[in-house]
Amino acid sequence: MKRSTIDLWVGLFVAIGIAAVVFLSLKVANLTPQSADQTYTLYADFDNIGGLKVKAPIKEAGVVVGRVAAIQLDTKTYRARVTLNLEKQYTFSRDASAEILTAGLLGEQYIGLLQGGDPDELKPGEHITLTSSALVLEQLIGKFMTSFTGSNNKSSASGAQ
Amino acid sequence: MTELLLSPLRRLGHSTINAIWRLGFITRFLLAILRYSGQSLLRFNLTIREIYFAGVMSVIIVVVSGLFVGMVLGLQGYNTLSRFGSADALGALVALSLLRELGPVLAALLFSSRAGSAMTAEIGLMKATEQLDAMSVMAVNPIARVVAPRFWAGVISMPILAAMFNVMGIFGGYLIGVVMIGLDSGTFWSQMQNNVDLHYDVVNGLIKSLCFGIAVTLIAVFEGYDATPTAAGVSAATTRTVVTSALVILAVDFVLTAFMF
Repeated sequence: MKRSTIDLWVGLFVAIGIAAVVFLSLKVANLTPQSADQTYTLYADFDNIGGLKVKAPIKEAGVVVGRVAAIQLDTKTYRARVTLNLEKQYTFSRDASAEILTAGLLGEQYIGLLQGGDPDELKPGEHITLTSSALVLEQLIGKFMTSFTGSNNKSSASGAQ
Repeated sequence: MTELLLSPLRRLGHSTINAIWRLGFITRFLLAILRYSGQSLLRFNLTIREIYFAGVMSVIIVVVSGLFVGMVLGLQGYNTLSRFGSADALGALVALSLLRELGPVLAALLFSSRAGSAMTAEIGLMKATEQLDAMSVMAVNPIARVVAPRFWAGVISMPILAAMFNVMGIFGGYLIGVVMIGLDSGTFWSQMQNNVDLHYDVVNGLIKSLCFGIAVTLIAVFEGYDATPTAAGVSAATTRTVVTSALVILAVDFVLTAFMF
């Protein structure tokens, strides 16, 4: 086989390989060049984050407005400090609230923001003060069980009278 | 009696020493390849020729296998996921299993049987017909002229083939999930995009396939170079290439997975 033919096929091979990698990174991994100057950071402290993970989506009215950048434990208050990376185009008022929600019954957890009515806006680096923790299924069942057995005892006691 | 007891022991010791000797030889061989790579990369058309024979000729088998693996993943994944009411996650399942494991591993296994065995047979036969000795006599270094171009061709081809395998597999999963079963196309892609991370999944998969490429081609050229220069020796070396490559791929895969994910 002639050398130029071989070169042509190898060139095609490498080109298709590069195209495959580009496809994998753009279409499959959804690489969107999001530099730091397009986002700003807010913090939110939660009593319990449940199964929240870094890179979990942050949604306002169901629309993804940012991602969780980091999760740390505040060693003074022993609450979880979640760093939120929000897109610059979305600003939130000072009394906006954040809660940890679950997509579906057993789906992944995300942060749901709820815009408040305060005209003042949260500036980068500030804290969202109104937070509510993740719903931990075990605790919920535990509460349900204790209240259930409690009411059961009461009803049996009233039945004995 | 003592002879009966001792001979298995002796054989065990012999094969252990032999294995360690081969491990040392293969390491020295790798260093020699790297040392003479400069010479052979200067004449890059040798490597391009080998990329043609090892990489381009493997495209068909890799692409077709990738398509079928993706379609099987689509069917099996749909059956299992729909039982838990989460058939929407099919795109993520197909993409993650391909990018992390199946793409690099299966492409490497196919590559070792399609191209690795051919490399071993070729180099082994060159040795058997004393072509390598003839080169040495003419002051041409056989490692620089024959072995190193094949090594680099394998190392370059492997990630490209794995990426093609992944793309075809995802396409196969798309065919089954969206075209045949009728899942929503938008959900399929967005689930995939939400769950696949560029660095964590795509780049790690490529690093894996690069490691497999190094391992498979090194084994192939080594077995060929080390083959007993007879017809039976070349045949045994070819078999050893395929068997050893498969084992090494799976073992290296385990180690890399433990480190990466």
